[in-house]
Amino acid sequence: MSAAHDELFRSLADPTRRALFERLCREGEQTVGALTAQSGVSQPAVSKHLGLLREAGLVRDRHEGRQTHYSAQLGALAPLMDWTSQMAGFWQSRFDRLEDLLKRMDQ
Amino acid sequence: MNKPATEARSVVVEREFAFPPEKLWRALTQPHLIEEWLMKNDFKPEVGHSFNLRGEWGGVLDCKVLTVEPHKTLTYSWGFAHDDPAYNLKSVVTFTLTPTGTGTHLRVEQAGFGPQQRQAFGGARAGWEKFLGNLDQVLDKTD
Repeated sequence: MSAAHDELFRSLADPTRRALFERLCREGEQTVGALTAQSGVSQPAVSKHLGLLREAGLVRDRHEGRQTHYSAQLGALAPLMDWTSQMAGFWQSRFDRLEDLLKRMDQ
Repeated sequence: MNKPATEARSVVVEREFAFPPEKLWRALTQPHLIEEWLMKNDFKPEVGHSFNLRGEWGGVLDCKVLTVEPHKTLTYSWGFAHDDPAYNLKSVVTFTLTPTGTGTHLRVEQAGFGPQQRQAFGGARAGWEKFLGNLDQVLDKTD
């Protein structure tokens, strides 16, 4: 297991951190303030989580005036997007077909 | 910092079907039924039997039956040989059937050594949504 992989998995293992990351993926760039408003945790906690995500390469920060904007870096997920996620998608779709088949059998 | 393709990983997908284990078992072990939901094949439910799964995309998987416990467990190896290690895959697929009050819980686990790169066979590109949905599963299996 490479150190980079470890860091990536550890970063995403925390539910609060994962929720922040998923929100940036879905909604695009956000300020720390906007992220805090919906996170249910304090701004220092959000900033700390964002810092860890940044160290893992999962988010990038951009300073504009007094605001810091964060955006998701999907490229950092490449190590996770390999065969495990592809095979999970494969089996999900095959299970759909299996379900269809079972309905047709003996009827 | 790319690493060689030697990392063991596994994938688990589970679903409950509203049908008894006996019926699922037939779908998992009869070649003409396997073809309908999985791939063309020359499967036989006999330990040691070597067979191929042939995908619609032209790929051929080398498989061998490892465990047959009727209505309960089916295990076979699932390999994809390729000169380019980025495509090589050696894995073991285990189907586990558990009866529930109203049907059968089916769990498939694929464990092994996968290709390092993103390309994989099957054309099963998991969408972004699906990936997020599966993330918990993937993370749980990655200690």
